Parts: sequence; structure tokens; C-alpha cells
Amino acid sequence: MKKIVIKALTKSIWVYHAACSPCNNCDIEILDLLTPRHDVERFGISLVGSIKHADAMLVTGVPNMKTAPRIKEVYEQMPKPGVVIAIGSCACGGNMFRDSYNFVKPLDEIIPVDAYVPGCPPKPEAMIMGVVKLIKKLKGL
Amino acid sequence: MSTFFDYLIFPGFLFSAVFGMLAVYIDRKVSARVQWRKGPPLLQPVYDFVKLLGKEISVPEQTSVFTFLSAPVFGLAAITLVSVIVWNAMLVPGKTFIGDLIVVIYLLAIPSIAVIIGGFASNNPIASIGASREMKLILSYEIPFILSILTVIIKTGSIRMGDIVTYQLANPAVITSASGIIAFIVAILCIQAKLCLTPFDIPEAEQEIIAGPAVEYSGTPLAIFKLTKWIMLFVLPSFLVALFMPSADFLYNLLKFAGVLVIIILIKNTNPRLRIDQAVKFFWTYGAGLSLIAVILALIGL
Repeated sequence: MKKIVIKALTKSIWVYHAACSPCNNCDIEILDLLTPRHDVERFGISLVGSIKHADAMLVTGVPNMKTAPRIKEVYEQMPKPGVVIAIGSCACGGNMFRDSYNFVKPLDEIIPVDAYVPGCPPKPEAMIMGVVKLIKKLKGL
Repeated sequence: MSTFFDYLIFPGFLFSAVFGMLAVYIDRKVSARVQWRKGPPLLQPVYDFVKLLGKEISVPEQTSVFTFLSAPVFGLAAITLVSVIVWNAMLVPGKTFIGDLIVVIYLLAIPSIAVIIGGFASNNPIASIGASREMKLILSYEIPFILSILTVIIKTGSIRMGDIVTYQLANPAVITSASGIIAFIVAILCIQAKLCLTPFDIPEAEQEIIAGPAVEYSGTPLAIFKLTKWIMLFVLPSFLVALFMPSADFLYNLLKFAGVLVIIILIKNTNPRLRIDQAVKFFWTYGAGLSLIAVILALIGL
């Protein structure tokens, strides 16, 4: 039973875009990923507006004093099983804001992160690569 | 026994669920082709449904859990009953009862009411806005919808769906007359609003109010909401086929259903979303006016 659900999950990933104070470059690349040019609906991936519908959270930006508690709250509202994908160098590890005065801690110390897509900003192809690796991990390959 | 079989298997739940999933597949595929994409695989709705069944159910704080969780089930039960009545009328016209058209009109309102109840039970401002918009939308499209059905009743002289179908099998179909074609156009626009598709997807406008009344739903209740929506995408066009252009053959009926569905999808893909006041204005002036003209033409005999 659990196997069927996991297979269905990997075939239909609904993503929620959680902007955690990014500079918008990663967001624009995510929007680029969802355009007809890359057509991720082929793999069942579609963008949803509500976190309650989501299977994957795409987090962009640096967690700071304001956004860190909120991103945690958003993660807790996501129905499980769900995954978190850190998009961009900022979400992966702070990038150049690592020593900034309002930087709290890296994203993966606040919420569990399943896949990292580094780059400033990462290309849509890199995000597809990250999603493919994540699906392989979910299937246990 | 045969009632249970009708309701659960053949023209009822299983049949309409399978064809509803097929309908939403056609919807997504045609939309993808319009946008020059490849589109999802055939089993995509099944994957979505199974995945949602396996997800966690979360209920918002300070709400009536019973109302919140049972609202989607009411909609599903009602739309399944509509499927039974409509397809029985097309397959075995003698099996229907007097006044079932009235019953169908009432039952078609229940999925929207279930959405409203669920939205208000969500205890969420966005869901409340979505539910109130849905309510205004019902008030706007019901008048032209019932007037265009009235045209069919005047043309065929019956409120029994079996008689409407048998009349049109013996005589030319309603859509071939002047009043019939006007009523059909108005009915297609009303169905567009009933299905919450793009020119009238005001209640769940994704860019404005996230997902409207469904915003707090997750897991199985959301799956039931989605299934209700998919079955509606199958049942409402086939209802129009039964009213305006039925044929004796099951496959022809399905082909006509697919034609109506593609018209709906093309309208969806080529129009921007209206505001709620524009939608109300549209239905109360052009919609009601056109369907009134259709009723008058039908009374004259055109």
C-alpha cells in the first residue's frame, strides 16, 4: 500500500513556492521552469497556491530573523509525506549573506531539506536534475 | 439491487469517476496542446487521486470537524445521482420518472453548496472570500441556466428526461432550431461557470485567493473535492447532450460529449478571468436576455 502511494507521489508532485526573503532571481528561474518551454506537467508537476495541497516546498532565499519562524510554520502545515527542496545557494547555505547581522542559521538546521539545488540562480535544467534525484531517492534507488 | 448497481457501478459512481478522470485528462491534454506543450500522461488524474488519498488530513483549529469533513461527500453523492439520472435517460429512456429534470436542476446546485459550506467551515479568510464569490456566482448563473432549460421543456413538452430524449430521437433535435441553438450557447456559458473554468473561475482564482474554498483541505477530503470536480466535468456536458442533441447510440453520445467538452476547454483557454461584478452583470444582462429571447422564440414555435 505504501509503495503505491509513494509511486503516485513521485508521479504527481505538486509544488508550493515558499519565498524566504530571496532576491527574486531564483523565483524567476522557478517561474521559468513552470512555463510551457520546459513543460514539467509531463511529469505531473504543477504549482499549487496552498501549502495544504503541496507535496514539495521550493524554498528560496536566506532564512533571517523574520522569515525563519515563518518558514518553520509553513513546513509544519504541509501534509506529510512531503519534501523540501532548497533552491539556490542562499537556501543551501547562506551564500554571501552568511556573515550578515540578521542571518539566523542555514535552512537545513530549521527544517529538514531533502534536495539541494545550488547556483546563483540555478538554471531550470539544474532544478529538473534535482527533482529527478529526489524522485530516485524517494523510490529508494 | 439494481438501484444499488445503478448508483455504484454503471451509470453511477464507478462509470462517472472513470469518465471524469478521462475528461480531466482531455482537458489537461488539450490545454497543453493549445499552449504548445506535450501535456501529462493518461494516468495522471489517477496518480493525483491516489497520492491525495495517501496524504495526511489536517483540520483547522476552532472549526466544526464534522461539517468540514462531510461537505465534500455531499457534493460527490449529489453529482453521482445526477450521472445516474442523465445516463439512464439516454440509455434506457423508459427507466426515468416524472419530474426528474427538476430533480437534476436541484442536485446540480448541491456540489456548489458543498463548496460554500466547506469554505465557510474552513475558518480561513481566503476560503470565506472564495465561498462568498461562489455564492454570488450561483445567484448569477442560475437564472439563465434555468431559462435555457425551459426552452427545451417548451420545445419537447415534458419535464421527464426520458420523454425529452425519446421526443428528440423521433423529431429533429432541439439544437437544430433557432431557439435551441441560442439556449445551447447560454447553457454552455452557464456550465462554464458551474464548473469554475476560466472566464468564471472567480471563486478559486489562483492568483488572487490561492485556491478559494479548498484552501484548508488536504488529503482525502481534497481528493473527494477534486473527484467531484472531475465528475462534474463529465456529467454537465453529457447533461447538455441529453437535453439538446441525444442519440440512440451510446458511443455517439460519448462523441457528442467529447465535442461539447472540447468547446468548453477552448473557451477556458482563450479567455481571461472576469471580476465577480462583471460576471454577475454578464449573466444578468446578456445571459438572461439571450435565454429569454430563446424562450420567446420557442413559444412562437421557432
